[in-house]
Amino acid sequence: MIENIRLSFQGIWGHKLRSLLTMLGIIIGIAAIIAIVSTIKGTNEQIKRNLIGSGNNTVKVELRNSEDEYGESQVSALGLPEIDKNVINQIEEFDEVESAVVYHSTSVYSGLYYKNNSLSNGHVYGTTAKYFDVAGLKIKQGRGFMDSDISKYRKVAIIDNESLDAFFIDGDPIGQTIEIQKEPFTIIGVVTESEEFEPVINSEEDYYSYQSEAGGNVYVPYSIWPTIYGYDLAQNVLIKASTTDEMSKAGKTVADYLNSQIPQSQQTPAGQESAAMGDQETLTDVEGDKGDADISGEGSSSKSGISYKAEDKLEEAKQLQQLSTATNQQLIWIASISLLVGGIGVMNIMLVSVTERTSEIGLKKAIGARKGQIMLQFLTEAAVLTSLGGLIGVIAGIVLAQAISKLSSTPVAISVPAAVLGVVFSMLIGIVFGLLPSRKAANLNPIEALRHE
Amino acid sequence: MLLELKDIYKDYLQDKLVIPVLKNVSLAVEEGDYLAIMGPSGSGKTTLMNIVGCLDKPTSGTYLLDGEDIAKMNDKQLSNVRLNKIGFVFQNFNLLATQSALDNVALPLIYAGVKKAERREKARIALERVGLGERVNFKPTQLSGGQKQRVAIARAMVNSPKILLADEPTGALDSKSGDSIMELFSSLNNDGVTVIMITHSREIADCAKKCIFIKDGIIEEDTGRI
Repeated sequence: MIENIRLSFQGIWGHKLRSLLTMLGIIIGIAAIIAIVSTIKGTNEQIKRNLIGSGNNTVKVELRNSEDEYGESQVSALGLPEIDKNVINQIEEFDEVESAVVYHSTSVYSGLYYKNNSLSNGHVYGTTAKYFDVAGLKIKQGRGFMDSDISKYRKVAIIDNESLDAFFIDGDPIGQTIEIQKEPFTIIGVVTESEEFEPVINSEEDYYSYQSEAGGNVYVPYSIWPTIYGYDLAQNVLIKASTTDEMSKAGKTVADYLNSQIPQSQQTPAGQESAAMGDQETLTDVEGDKGDADISGEGSSSKSGISYKAEDKLEEAKQLQQLSTATNQQLIWIASISLLVGGIGVMNIMLVSVTERTSEIGLKKAIGARKGQIMLQFLTEAAVLTSLGGLIGVIAGIVLAQAISKLSSTPVAISVPAAVLGVVFSMLIGIVFGLLPSRKAANLNPIEALRHE
Repeated sequence: MLLELKDIYKDYLQDKLVIPVLKNVSLAVEEGDYLAIMGPSGSGKTTLMNIVGCLDKPTSGTYLLDGEDIAKMNDKQLSNVRLNKIGFVFQNFNLLATQSALDNVALPLIYAGVKKAERREKARIALERVGLGERVNFKPTQLSGGQKQRVAIARAMVNSPKILLADEPTGALDSKSGDSIMELFSSLNNDGVTVIMITHSREIADCAKKCIFIKDGIIEEDTGRI
């Protein structure tokens, strides 16, 4: 076998130009596939990174109306059980949850001012000091919430960098006063992401998506919330999953748990957005049953369809990844045609080689080489030729991917399994397309082969 | 009896026409014999040689080699007989042009499954035996015709076969080189190797202990010992 491989390399080296031209189809095919796979992998990693963010594994579990796809409208939590310390403790018992904290939140488009500057498109959160730990935020300036801020209903606020920019506060922001729903709040601190996260921005779309995400947040004590936004706003839970891969599972577990706490009359089976979409029929069935049970309870029927849902960034990332992968997979098929053409080229050259070496084959058979040994020799030669082509193709593909990355600033990530698979697949092409020429060589009649000049 | 051909017929099929090449050939060769087969072109001597060399099977008749019936063997068994019992020498040498003399000689040992170090050692000894110990690493293109044929003989003998088959071994050589090849054949025969060769030349045939003359597929004269 080693002898066969050595002879194959000798043969390839002996016909450098011919071998190179034969390999070209394989080289181009493998290079194209490696470049495409690298681009897909790079894009997927970027999507995941961008969506999951700094990787602090936080998942928001919020009360949503299942008929409201975008979850923009505020949902009244009237009649729902309170999420108190016991519930949070219960949530933190789950294996996949590291920590959890309750919070109120609302989107604000107006009503948030510093002097004449307003913060539009931001969020106000009513929460406790623990929130910053769970969310992976750290106090950059000033101080965080203290127990007394909560217990004494102090009108204090903590803002993040984006809000700071939006308010155009000159000098030290600590001690300045902002207005929330016409109530004055004193800024006591500024928070920032504890892990620096720079989203990769490659296109205008990316840029706008970050701009809208980065609307600016303002945090106020949990206890003061009802005074500015009323009592019936939903309580939400922020959890930190133990690992990034468990984010989806943790979110679903917590949402299911919270939904199980909702009294029967208001419960819907939907735990997650994706589930709710697919289960429209079940949903209406359950609602029908409920209608029978709660004829007296007028208010409850308007609340059907409310449930806790975990935002599933992992799932969102997966869906986006699937989209980009599906698009690029078409390209892989096209590149595979090149491999097919390359394989046929290899077959052609091997047939020529068998004809050229007819007398050599005749001699080998005369001196005692068996059919199988002759066949193995030519199969090895074809496989070595295409494997070498595959190897060159992988290297060319990596270079190509880097070049694409430089030119169009799309991210690439070299996939080691894809590279290995590329070489193995090339070898298989050699074996498959070398089969016919090798059989031809093995079945040559030694007498006629010897006479061949 | 090392090999025994009895009532051998060989027909070839050409355009639906059956062409008889060998007609009732019987031949016995003893171990240590040195036999020359002579005959004009198309007389069937090469066909006879191919049958003796297990490259071809007779249409009818029996061929016993070392007591084994060749006609009953399959392809794999025939390969093994060629590998272990027969050495071939051709008119045009049939050396692999890209390989050194040593690698050419070692080739049959690859098929015999001999390990590399042993292969090289045996090939070197075989080359020394034919007087080319100094040129083991020469490529065939760097060797003269006579030297090439010596390499081919070393290749034929490297696996220690009982029979050496030569088809016009001196046909492509000048008379001086031819003579030295004949000396080598005689020397191998003296060592106990059975030699069977085809030749056109009476002079070359005279080197053999026995000579048979074949014409139109029939053995015409068996000269016995000269």
